[in-house]
Parts: sequence; C-alpha cells; structure tokens
Amino acid sequence: MTQRALAIARYWWSYRFFVRSAIRNDLRARYARSKLGLLWALVQPLAMVLIYTLILSHLMSAKLPETDTVYAYPIYLMSGMLAWTLFSEAVGRGLGIFVEQGELIKKVAFPRALLPIIALGSATVNGLALLSMMLMVFLFLGHWPDLHYLWMPGLMFLALWLGLSIGLLFGLMNVFFRDISQAIPVILQFLFWLTPIVYALSMLPPEYHSYFSWNPIAKLTAAFQDVILYRRNPTELHLVYLSGIAFIFTALSAGLYLRVKHELADHL
Amino acid sequence: MSVLINVENLGKAFRTYPNATQRIRSWLGLSTRNVKDIWVLKNLNFQVHAGEAVGLVGENGAGKSTLLKMIAGTLAPTEGGIQLFGEVRAILELGMGFNGEFTGRENARHGLSMMGMSAEEADSLLPEVEAFAEVGDYFDRPLRTYSSGMQMRVTFAVATARRPQVLIVDEALAVGDAYFQHKSFEKIREMQRAGTTLLIVSHDRGAIQRICDRVILLEHGEISREGDPEVIMDYYNAMLANKGNQKHTVHSEELEDGRVATTSGTGEATIQSVTLHDANSGDPIEIATVGQEVELKVKLDINEHIDQLVVGYVIKDRLRQDVFGTNTHLLDQVLENPTPGQTLNYRFRFTCNLGEGSYSTSVAAHADDTHVRHNYHWKDLACTFEVVNANKKRFLGVAWIPPELTIEPNSGDTQ
Repeated sequence: MTQRALAIARYWWSYRFFVRSAIRNDLRARYARSKLGLLWALVQPLAMVLIYTLILSHLMSAKLPETDTVYAYPIYLMSGMLAWTLFSEAVGRGLGIFVEQGELIKKVAFPRALLPIIALGSATVNGLALLSMMLMVFLFLGHWPDLHYLWMPGLMFLALWLGLSIGLLFGLMNVFFRDISQAIPVILQFLFWLTPIVYALSMLPPEYHSYFSWNPIAKLTAAFQDVILYRRNPTELHLVYLSGIAFIFTALSAGLYLRVKHELADHL
Repeated sequence: MSVLINVENLGKAFRTYPNATQRIRSWLGLSTRNVKDIWVLKNLNFQVHAGEAVGLVGENGAGKSTLLKMIAGTLAPTEGGIQLFGEVRAILELGMGFNGEFTGRENARHGLSMMGMSAEEADSLLPEVEAFAEVGDYFDRPLRTYSSGMQMRVTFAVATARRPQVLIVDEALAVGDAYFQHKSFEKIREMQRAGTTLLIVSHDRGAIQRICDRVILLEHGEISREGDPEVIMDYYNAMLANKGNQKHTVHSEELEDGRVATTSGTGEATIQSVTLHDANSGDPIEIATVGQEVELKVKLDINEHIDQLVVGYVIKDRLRQDVFGTNTHLLDQVLENPTPGQTLNYRFRFTCNLGEGSYSTSVAAHADDTHVRHNYHWKDLACTFEVVNANKKRFLGVAWIPPELTIEPNSGDTQ
C-alpha cells in the first residue's frame, strides 16, 4: 500500500517540469499576441475599483467607521475585490479545466490530478501580481501594511482553494451537462452583489444582517478587509468554517471524479 | 520473451442515459433505469511481447483506435484490464495538444515535459528534435503558421525523441509528404531494431507487412483472426472484397511449402488453374530467365450467368509487394455475358523484365475494374515462379530496366 503510494508519488514528481511548463504556457497563452500581457489581468479589477471609487466614495467614506484613513473606501473596495477576484477566477479555472484541456486529455496520457495543480499555480501567479499592484496603490495612498499581512498568504490560498474546489465539482458536471458553464457566471454575478464588497454590511439595517450569514464568501471578503483595511486579525472561526467548506467540495469533486473518470474522455 | 502488454477480457462500452436524472442518480450511486451500453470492443485477449511488432487491422469502426487509446491510457476500459510493463508512447492522430500561438520549439519543449522529462533532459533532446523535424526557420515561428505536414513532423519528432519501450502509431504515417513518411518509417524501423515494441494501426498493407511480425484483425469489436501478416492481410482483403454478399466465402489453405494461400469469391466463375509458359514453345515453366518471353495462362470455368467478366493478375515479389498488376478492364477486353458451362483460357503474354528472385501471382475474376465488387473468384499465390539471370549483366532490384550509357565531357568545362 505505502509502496504503491510511493510509486505514484514518484511518478507525479517526475512531472514537475511539466507542471512548471504548463503554468508558464497557461499564463502566456492567455495574453499571447498582446503587448501588455499579464497587465491586462490586473487592469480589469483595478478599473472596477476606480469606477466605484469615483462614483461612490463620497457616499461611502462617512459610513466606514473604525478607520483612520480618508481613503478608507477605496482600500475597503480593493480588499474585497482582491478576495473576490481570487475566488471567482479559481471557480472559472476549475469550471473550464476539463473541457478546455479536452484535446490534451484525449491524446496524451499524464497524471490527470496535475490539471488542478496547474490551474492553482497559474491562478496563484495572477493573484500575486494583483496583490503587488494593489500594494503599490496602498503605499501611494499612505496605507502601509503591518504585521497582520502575515495572514495574507493563508487567506489567498484559502480563496483560491475554495474557488477551485467548487469550480472543479461543477467543471466535472459540465463535461456531461454543458449548460453549467453558462449558468455559473450568472450565479457568480448575483453572489458578487450579495457579498459586501462594494458596500459594507454596516450600511444595511441590522435586520438584514442575518441574510448574509449564510454566504461563506462574505466571510472570506471580511477576512481580507480585516487584514488590509482594519489591520486586525480575521475571525479564526470563520476561516475554519471556510476551510471546512473547501474541504467538503474537494472531497465531493474527488468522489465525482472517481465515479466518472472511466467515461470522462468519451464526452470531451 | 517477456510480456510487455497484457490485455485481458478487455471491453469498452459507451454508456448512454435516457435523461439527466438517470445520469445524476448514477453519480449518487442510486439505481438507474434504461441505461444503454453501446459496446465497441468486447472480450479482447492478447499479449504483446518485448520486441514484437504487432499490426492492428480492421474496417472503420472496428474499434482499432479505441483499443489503441486504451492501451495508451487516454481512454478507460469498461471491463477487463490492460497491464503495461514498460514506458508507452503514443502517436494518436495529429498533435499532442500543442498550442498554435507558441513556436515549434516551445511546443516541442512542452511536449517533452508532458512525457515526464526534466527541463535538462528536454533541453538536451531539443536539438535532435529540431534536426529530425526539418522545418527550418519555422521551428521558431508560431505553430499556427505551420502546414499540417509540418505540424506532423514536429509531433513525430517529439514523440520519438526518446526511444520508448512501446510505441503506438495510429495512422500517423499517412500524413505528411512522401519524404517525411519515408523518414519516419525508417525511424520506426530503427527503434524496432533497437528493441522497441510496436503496435501499429495502418491501412497500408505494404507497411504492415514490412514491419509487423503478427497482425490482429478486429471485426465488430472482437478479434476475429490473429497471426502471420501475409495470411491475415490476404484474408482481410478477401473479406473486404465482397462485403454483404451471402454467397461469398473465404478459404485459407496451406500449400506444400508451408505458405498459406487465400481464395475467396462467390463462385459464378472459378479459376481452374494458373500456369506460366514459355511464350514461344508453349511449355509450362517454373523458372524464367530475365528478358524471356512468357505467358501467364489462366483457365477459367463459367458456372453461372454473369453480365460482365474481368480477369486480372498481380505479380508480387518475395516480400509480397506488388510489382505489376493489370486486368482485362484496363486492357479494354471485358467479356459480356459469357455462356455458362464454358471454359475460357486467358493468355497474358509479356516479357519477363524482372530481377532475380521468387515471385508469385494473385489472380482474380470479377465484374468491375477492381475486385472489391462482385468478386467471383480470387486466388492468392496462384502461381509461383523463380526468375534467374542467365544471359544479362548483373543488376540489382526487382525490375530489369537496362540503360544505354554514354559518357562525354561537359562542354561547359572545356576551356
């Protein structure tokens, strides 16, 4: 048993250059033939931040208590956007992975489990680029990071893991029912506005707050806002809760994969 | 010899569900109704030993490609299993999931990584890949600018960069120009000599017979025959010759020298004998000399009413490669409505412009310009004969094409 596990591990390890090469190709392929390349991945979330800031900042800044900066709203917005972008991009990766890599899956035999790892890898690089871009903006606004940033790697990983595990489950179903890949973006759009990213929970009447407690993504964005804007520790219980959800979706994805893997390639 | 591929009770079915609910129920492990399995392969059992070259033939839809994909590991079996005892490399159709935006070099490097190579290994093999692919400057241009032949070159070069223990080739050799086909064929032969086990799907009879030690014939998803390439290919051709005709039969019979001759046909006309004669004396011969005038005599019984009769023959060399073939349709001598009960003699007179060696003829009586439709009778190894060189200068090859030689100084070189 352990010997078999070791053999599999060694087999996977022999593919490390493939993983590296695939991540690099993935990043390059998205922006092939564009001069600014990766920058385009950052422009979209930042453009959104800029638009909302220009339109809403007067309305909002007064309503963000417990902050000591005049730029509280753009920073609040950016923290939430960072969490959301990481999460939703990971969902999209997981969702598309099997159909997009269909040709490869049909033609070349390699450990399939590497596909999510490759997706995670390239989403991480994109996430880090976005974080460093935002950090530059924070420095420009005079909002320096402090020790609470030690939470960031863990939080970013959590956002990506949660998104990828959910995306993979629906990505597997999408191989058989292609409507799913059309439905998920619509659902994500609703979810975006049901999560306190552009607005703050404190702006809503308290009787509505309970409606948000079911939304795990609200806990995720709150954790990012805690660390980046409020310079405080996120609620640990919430992180455990989020990890639990990510774990459940990972297990569900793995379970479904094992059930459908014998006919997966037939439907690509 | 050790077994490299062991296929046991292998079957593949494509499962269809009547609706989404049934499929989802199957995911949840609940009972399902009206699930239909469409079996494309069933009950396959065979082994491939180290160093062997096995050909896989069968009509379109017989399940050849599905079988190769399962051995290559890209499709999963529905029942039974495949055990592999070595590194398997597959060239399935075109491409290896290459990206058109990247250059040939980048794709090649990524392709090598896909085989589980390290960066150093891949980089050390790249020059060889580049040299073998012979796409010149294009190697550093995006793949989308390549012709399909050039893409094939790069794919083939990558797939064969490191000699695998088992190489699976699915019709890949049919793509690309003649030069590269030849070159890739040579490469495959070279790997075979170095000990690589081959599993090949091809419709090219010549290629199969030159490479393979054994051929497996697939029919409707099952192994219908397995054995010596010549025998199986003869049988397969005969089988193709008159599909769907109930009267059509195929026989294989062993000759005195151990070779197996296949005869087939519907029997409206039957070939009684095929003999070779000296054209001048009319005596039957078994040995002809280079340049001799000879006559191939085909004696034929007309058993039933037929509209048209075409008689043809092919002379084949020792390796069963076609050397020359023609028929009475091509010679504009199709016989209309021959009388039943009649016996006809066809005499094909020709100069034996063949090289030294042993030859055989396959003779067929059929209705059209090819034997594929209305095959009355078809006989392989119908007449075998030797050609010896008695009075000509020594030469090489299967054809005698004597040149006239002149040697003169190049006028441009004189000063």
